[in-house]
Amino acid sequence: MKDLIGIKELSKQDIEEILNTAKAFKEVLQRDIKKVPTLRGRTAINLFFEPSTRTRTSFELAEKRLSLDVLNFSVSTSSVVKGETLYDTLKTIESYNVDYIVLRHSSSGTAKFVAENTSASVINAGDGTNEHPTQALLDAFSILEIKGRLDGLKIAIVGDIIHSRVARSNLYLLSKFDTEIRFVGPPTLLPQEIPDNVKIFFNLKEGIEDVDVVMILRIQLERQKGAFIPSLKEYSHFWGLKKDLLNYIKKDAVVMHPGPMNRGVEISTEVADSSQSLILRQVTNGIATRMAVIYMLKPKEV
Amino acid sequence: MLIKFYNANLLDPITKTKGLADLIIEDGVISKIKLKRKSTPIQIKGKKSKNILEINAEGLYLFPGLIDMHTHLREPGYEYKETIRTGTLAALRGGFTSVCCMANTFPVNDNPEVTYYILAKAKEEGSCHVFPIGAITKGLKGEELSEMAMLREAGCVAFSDDGMPVMNSIIMKRALEYSKAIGSPLISHCEDINLSEDGVMNEGKLSFYLGLKGIPKASEEVMVARDILLSKYTKAPIHIAHVSTKGSVELIKFAKEQGIAVTAETCPHYFTLTEEAVKDYNTNAKVNPPLRTEEDLEAIKAALKEGIIDVIATDHAPHHIDEKKVPFQEALNGISGLETAFSLSLRLFHEGTLSLEELIEKFTVSPTKILKIRKEGIKEGAQADLILVDINKEWTVDKNKFLSLGKNTPFDLWTLKGKVLFTVKGKKFLDMRTE
Repeated sequence: MKDLIGIKELSKQDIEEILNTAKAFKEVLQRDIKKVPTLRGRTAINLFFEPSTRTRTSFELAEKRLSLDVLNFSVSTSSVVKGETLYDTLKTIESYNVDYIVLRHSSSGTAKFVAENTSASVINAGDGTNEHPTQALLDAFSILEIKGRLDGLKIAIVGDIIHSRVARSNLYLLSKFDTEIRFVGPPTLLPQEIPDNVKIFFNLKEGIEDVDVVMILRIQLERQKGAFIPSLKEYSHFWGLKKDLLNYIKKDAVVMHPGPMNRGVEISTEVADSSQSLILRQVTNGIATRMAVIYMLKPKEV
Repeated sequence: MLIKFYNANLLDPITKTKGLADLIIEDGVISKIKLKRKSTPIQIKGKKSKNILEINAEGLYLFPGLIDMHTHLREPGYEYKETIRTGTLAALRGGFTSVCCMANTFPVNDNPEVTYYILAKAKEEGSCHVFPIGAITKGLKGEELSEMAMLREAGCVAFSDDGMPVMNSIIMKRALEYSKAIGSPLISHCEDINLSEDGVMNEGKLSFYLGLKGIPKASEEVMVARDILLSKYTKAPIHIAHVSTKGSVELIKFAKEQGIAVTAETCPHYFTLTEEAVKDYNTNAKVNPPLRTEEDLEAIKAALKEGIIDVIATDHAPHHIDEKKVPFQEALNGISGLETAFSLSLRLFHEGTLSLEELIEKFTVSPTKILKIRKEGIKEGAQADLILVDINKEWTVDKNKFLSLGKNTPFDLWTLKGKVLFTVKGKKFLDMRTE
């Protein structure tokens, strides 16, 4: 496999392989010396056209643990502001003989576009509202660690589904396993036509009832502008996950959030800091999962 | 210059002529049409002189030159995308001898000087008849009416803000009212731009799957309904451009049943492709209105058959390669359509949706009625304005052979059945028999 464009493009077997490899890397990360020489002499560039601290940091750490030389290319300092096309930016980067491109872009489909136009391995770190595959992989890895399986689980994804690449990647990943998937949120934030294997709930309590996993999505603070929600206060009141609601999910159910959280909006502090929360574990697992992905991709021989 | 066609199947819905015929064109004018019972064997002895072209048209059709009601020639202002010279050559190659060019040039065709410029250029460098379409509002801004009467006087045959729909209903109402004094119709690109927001494809399961922002069908239908009601209220005719949804078809059907002066067009891509064509983020299939679903495609075909949709137009929208070689969201809308439109439409004949006569009407008689332009058709003494077509010839689309500067087509490498072999427009002709 040359690139990781999205979960859409992966088979169940690919996913299982990545998750197994991630497990091995997690063990490495628990050693005293956390760095492996695997990819020494190779170069990765983190090409971020959208601001992101967490994802970029997580990738950078994963790259360094694999002994890659790492370049960071971010939009504010780039020639993009000078009007260079993405295609030309890519060709320039390609001329540096970079082996891996980690891409974040505000436009859906950009990861595919980039992968088609370069011989380097491209890893999608989020393209528009399309996909954020490493997030779904690290989420699956985290669920597996706790639950030991994905098959047979009921998962509720709560919040701003239509604008969320995390929701999409998780949907595609979980759909490859025998899971029950629910979308929960106000109708303005749910897809206009519902994917076949998804159940829709407008009511949070009903939506999370008896589930094994609740994935909370971040609500963008500007959503009231497009008339998606009347106010954050109202959103929080009806769709924010608060402590009393934990009674409705299974006793051993877990709560996840891709970060960064708006405490007190989509998730209350009590829930975020509860023993059922996997949020910090997700962050830790992000590094191992991303190491696994980079390790498994093979740039095209030029 | 003498061009002789022998044993052609002449089919002309303008003059209502049909039958086997020999036809002679002398210096751009049809000098003789001989209708006959059966084909007579002819011997073409090669070129007798440089100035005689003899064509054995046995098994081939002669149709009147096609009219495209919806073309973007891009000149003035966007000559890197297309020019009047290249656009009209592409037209001839596709069988069109007349094109109506949209007003979204730079500067906008909202004043007579631009119209004069286009017509002068067309006369100098153009290969086919160019009918300019003037803007409804100045600068396509939807605020003040353009000088519609002066535009008409200068040669505009219709008015449209095309891709920049007139959102303000009172402006649209006044434009409709005003157009009655001029006698030329408004052509409406029906789209509620608030509903479309920054959508880039049809809204539905696929748009969610691809993570692309959708354009609801209602975005078109809301405006089709509005324009129909405004047309009814003002008693001014309205022509609905590039119909893409089943809902629009139903609204237009209703309007026609009510006797409202509404006409409509669609484009080959709306009865050939569905949203599936953008599945791989194929920017060459990005078009506005967006490609819809199977049910819409079927409804559009049925509407063509039932006469609810009067016209097939190309919405020829050439773009530079750099404008399509970008991520999907950023790519410009449009398909370079002149050179594939008629062959794609012939599929409607081959699959039994339309008779050949009905199909040719959609490209000839209907546009002349809506635009009130005169076409003499294929008759003795008339200027030659006709095409020779092999309706069964299979050929493969090659965008690199396009005469249009716009190579943006989702039909590249498609094999199509039916090809224009020869186009004559007055003294100009284009011979594609050896392509």
